[in-house]
Amino acid sequence: MNRSKFDLAVGVFVALGMLALGFMALRVGNLASFDGSEGYRLEARFDNIGGLKSRAPVKSAGVVVGRVESIKLDNTTYEAVVSLRVKPEYRFSNDTIASILTSGLLGEQYLSLDVGGDPSYLSDGARIVKTQSAFVLEKLIGQFLFNKAAESSGTSK
Amino acid sequence: MLLIGLEALGASITRTLDRLGLAARFSWGVVSVAGICLVRFSLLVREMYFSGVKSLAIISVSGLFVGMVLAVQGYEVLQRFGSAESLGSLVALSLVRELGPVVSALLFAGRASSAVTAEIGLMRATEQLAAMDMMAVNPLARIVAPRFMAAVVSLPLLAVIFSSAGVLGAYLVGVQLIGIDDGAFWSQMQASVDFRVDVLNGLIKSVVFGVAVGLISVFEGYHAAPTAEGVSSATTRTVVTSSLSVLVLDFVLTVSMFRGLS
Amino acid sequence: MSVATTDAMTDTMIELSNVRFGYSERVILDGLNLKVPRGQILAVMGGSGSGKTSLLGLLGGRNHAWSGEVRVAGQNVSSLNRAGLYGLRRQLGMLFQFGALFTDLTVFDNVAFPYREQTDLPEPVIRDLVLMKLEAVGLRGAAQLMPSELSGGMSRRVALARAIALDPTLMMYDEPFTGLDPISVGIIGRLIERLNQTFGMTSIIVTHDLNETLRIADRVVIISEGKVYRDMKPQEVRESQDPFIRQFADGLPDGPVPFHYPSPAYADQLIGEA
Repeated sequence: MNRSKFDLAVGVFVALGMLALGFMALRVGNLASFDGSEGYRLEARFDNIGGLKSRAPVKSAGVVVGRVESIKLDNTTYEAVVSLRVKPEYRFSNDTIASILTSGLLGEQYLSLDVGGDPSYLSDGARIVKTQSAFVLEKLIGQFLFNKAAESSGTSK
Repeated sequence: MLLIGLEALGASITRTLDRLGLAARFSWGVVSVAGICLVRFSLLVREMYFSGVKSLAIISVSGLFVGMVLAVQGYEVLQRFGSAESLGSLVALSLVRELGPVVSALLFAGRASSAVTAEIGLMRATEQLAAMDMMAVNPLARIVAPRFMAAVVSLPLLAVIFSSAGVLGAYLVGVQLIGIDDGAFWSQMQASVDFRVDVLNGLIKSVVFGVAVGLISVFEGYHAAPTAEGVSSATTRTVVTSSLSVLVLDFVLTVSMFRGLS
Repeated sequence: MSVATTDAMTDTMIELSNVRFGYSERVILDGLNLKVPRGQILAVMGGSGSGKTSLLGLLGGRNHAWSGEVRVAGQNVSSLNRAGLYGLRRQLGMLFQFGALFTDLTVFDNVAFPYREQTDLPEPVIRDLVLMKLEAVGLRGAAQLMPSELSGGMSRRVALARAIALDPTLMMYDEPFTGLDPISVGIIGRLIERLNQTFGMTSIIVTHDLNETLRIADRVVIISEGKVYRDMKPQEVRESQDPFIRQFADGLPDGPVPFHYPSPAYADQLIGEA
């Protein structure tokens, strides 16, 4: 086999590899979609974030509008500080409510933004004041049992 | 009796350390002349043909079938929880993070590296390397380095081809055969596969595997005993050592790459 | 092509003085002295394991002497670094025992290999040179064959054409006649002789084959126990009454070189182990 045949075959091989990498990037992965490096930053504080992770989607009315950038714990208030990046084309009112929800019963957790009626908009670095923590099943069950117990002891009197 | 056991243990440790030292010096020698592949690109192209192009068929067919099996098995489990649409993300994540780099490295070790070991071992046994050395041509640069670099370059390409074939296989079974929604399949996949975290880390893995498998194959070939038996046992050692190193390295890399994520 | 040094001007091609060499604990050569003038065909003989092949390794810088000095073309081989060694080797040619042709290259590409690696000659010039060298060994017609398609004698001739590609000043032959039929032995012998005459090469032949060697060699050196045992003319070998040389020349199984590997007394061992 002569040299040009090697060149051709190896060229095809490398092209195929690049094609596969492109397929990985655009069709399988999410390189083309919003990767959180642009847009403006917002901050929200929660009592409990449940299972929220960094890079989790930020949705409004079900549409992905950004991603969670980082999650930290504030050492004085013991609140979770979630910073997120929102695509520049979306704007949210000052009284927007941020809540942590779960997609489906067992799905991953995401941050939901629900717009209020305030005419002014959140700007870069602003803080979302109204937040609603993640719904934690154990706490809810505990609360339910406690209420039930209180109820039954109340009726027996 | 105990003393004899200890003695044997000590001897085998010494032997192992000796061989490791030899391997380290040899690896350094190979890496330091690997630049020849840039100067004489045709040497690398030729070896990429023999290790890369010739592994293409086995890699893509294996990838396709692994993807198809993953789809069938994954669907079995996922549909119990009513989340059959997550099949795309299950298959893609398994392939991109683990199966793509690992299985293609294992197949590569069996298909290409063993041949490289046998080839270099035979060249040594028939004094071809000595003849080259006597002609003032460094066999480490002319013969060994291109074969090593071919593994380093080919394996990542083969791994992404494997993963892509696997995703296509899962698509064929999951969407065309089982009937999962086309849009949900892809969008679930895109939502969970992160290019930088998953695809690039998978690629880094396969580069590391390429370095390991490449070095092992040329080392075993270059240091094979110059007999038929020596070459055949070197070939076996290449496959065994490569496979074990790939699996151990995979564990180490997975822990360091993905631990913080989940 | 050769580097002009004071020694290179003189007539000495090879000079070994008091060389000691071995593998790990086994001493092969011990106190070897040898001086070879330019243009000579020297035959080195000796029993198996006497260190003949090690000697070629020392000359080519593949083996390193434990002590003593090895000078080839005026250069001290053991003092050379890799670049210096490769510079020296460009003046050396070596024919390996079984040819050591590159099995993945054609005959033509095998002979072209030294030109392509060591020179910047354009391909048409290389082609002409290769055909000339192949013509010299009578195998121009076999240029497009693969080494696997050649007989033992033919591959030895191709290897010879490859070894002389860069017109070496010193040719080393490692068992050039081993495993060949009498006709091929004659051909190789004649080629060695002719190359020596036409190009003025110095040749060292390590061999067991006494007949052909005595016909072409100018001088015969017999190595035993790490030293030069005898240094004589071919005619003297034929006439020698030395039991060691006679055993070698006549192929006697037992003699100064014992048939038996060193062992305890036969009777003692048989009775002792019963």
